[in-house]
Amino acid sequence: MTRAGLRQHLDTASDSLRRLARQPLASLMTLAVIAITLALPAGLHLVLASANQLSHHWAGSGSLSTFLRAEVRPAEAEQLRAKLQGQEAIEQVELLSQEQALSEFSLYSGFDEALGLLEENPLPMVLLVRPRADLAQPDGMAQLLGQLRQEPLIEHVVVDLEWVKRLAAITETARRALLLLSLLLGLTVLLVIGNTIRLEIRTRQDEIIVVKLVGGSDAFVRRPFIYTGFWYGLFGGLGAWLLVVFAGALLQGPITELARLYQSDYQLGLLNLSSLGLLLLLGPLLGVLGAWSASGRHLRALEPE
Amino acid sequence: MIRFEQVSKRYPDGQEALRQLSFHIDAGEMLFLTGHSGAGKSTLLRLIALLERCSSGQVQVDGRNLAKVRREEIPEHRRKLGIIFQDHRLLPDRSVFDNVALPLLVAGCRSEETAKRVRAALDQVGLLHKEKSMPLSLSGGEQQRVGIARAVVARPALLLADEPTGNLDPELSNEIMDLFLRFNQVGVTVLIASHDVAIIRRMGKRVLVLDQGELTHDLAPGWSND
Ligand SMILES: Nc1ncnc2c1ncn2[C@@H]1O[C@H](COP(=O)(O)OP(=O)(O)O)[C@@H](O)[C@H]1O
Ligand SMILES: [Mg+2]
Repeated sequence: MTRAGLRQHLDTASDSLRRLARQPLASLMTLAVIAITLALPAGLHLVLASANQLSHHWAGSGSLSTFLRAEVRPAEAEQLRAKLQGQEAIEQVELLSQEQALSEFSLYSGFDEALGLLEENPLPMVLLVRPRADLAQPDGMAQLLGQLRQEPLIEHVVVDLEWVKRLAAITETARRALLLLSLLLGLTVLLVIGNTIRLEIRTRQDEIIVVKLVGGSDAFVRRPFIYTGFWYGLFGGLGAWLLVVFAGALLQGPITELARLYQSDYQLGLLNLSSLGLLLLLGPLLGVLGAWSASGRHLRALEPE
Repeated sequence: MIRFEQVSKRYPDGQEALRQLSFHIDAGEMLFLTGHSGAGKSTLLRLIALLERCSSGQVQVDGRNLAKVRREEIPEHRRKLGIIFQDHRLLPDRSVFDNVALPLLVAGCRSEETAKRVRAALDQVGLLHKEKSMPLSLSGGEQQRVGIARAVVARPALLLADEPTGNLDPELSNEIMDLFLRFNQVGVTVLIASHDVAIIRRMGKRVLVLDQGELTHDLAPGWSND
């Protein structure tokens, strides 16, 4: 692009911005609609990402209890523990001796009196296997489970895999619903901006006709409206980010409390800079697209008489 | 410069505005187009500026058959002409300077060059001191001169004027005509639609007379002396 061309673009862009500022109320209302429409999927995305993180945490905290065969000797058990500990998919392995297993059992079951009646400790040694959090998806779990079941020293593995599966299914459903919702709301932004541009074209139609009379090309006539769409998108995206940050600040207290209850150090990550970047990219993109299609349709119909 | 061959124009509503028009205008000519209201004067100018397309026949401008000019080439075609309207068609929310600069702006002219040319054009119409004014604060005659400055700023070879003095008193009308005369003297082809017989007679230029869309007379320069 030539320097004169660049200069013209800058002039057009700043002129479009000035026009928005000249009608602050109307512009702000349109911006509010765009900001809210963009904030909805962004906020939901944040909540979903949080839920995902929490579910990983919960799934990860559900360790597998592997009961060793009765005849296994403590040294062999320790050997197995060390072997499993070295595996990539496993975060931590803890070996409970027969006595420890018994005391844990009596502590949680309330059967300690009945157990006291037994002459011999009926419980085998137990390996508590905690998988790595990011592998705590149904597939990863099933694989680990299969692997543990092949170990000759292991008698029996207990895991609440159904629960992990269900959680993953819910997360996946939510993710797809969010995707669909985002598409619909993106379309809404396109339509809102398109409609705004249509009105703008109507109020400036005398000017457009004069510009065409003196030889303004379609691209030239279209340019200010594309910039108007760009500014709407940019400020709408920024507004959406502020809305989500604001909503996040309101939710931070209860979420921290929730996390504490689940003994998680989880924090609601405020929309960080990369999501700001995404909103500031997506907003203008939708703005330009909406303005592009609307101006294409409505400017073509405007011919000088 | 301009050639009409058997040109007819029928508007979509069936109105036959021009019928079988044939004539030829040389580069550097200055001439008038006259006739009663509704005779087809504006329609003829609109065909030249590609604001309308003819229904049959052929219009040539600068050797080019306008039927061959594609939609996206129309802006380029219009940049080669200057058009002046009775109602000026100035942008009320832009200064005189910005109004006159518009044809240069759409042509992508550099801003230093634009400023130079705009001031030269305003100087030619005697309005250099009004460059910062808004159009609506000017008198009718001044607005028309701004319109003329806008039409000539890009130095087109052809000027089209549709009733440029329609709203002006005789003295202002004469001033405007003198302006056209001066542009013509430096080589610009000037075609003026007007039904102001006094002015046309005083100028003594070639005259095309339209009646009900038909070309009834083509008077050579000096016709009024006879
Ligand atoms: N856009 C249009 N649609 C239909 N008829 C038109 C249109 N413009 C002009 N006409 C008709 O064409 C004829 C010529 O009009 P015009 O060229 O404006 O004449 P003039 O400029 O000589 O007064 C008139 O009968 C007018 O009613
Ligand atoms: Mg007319």
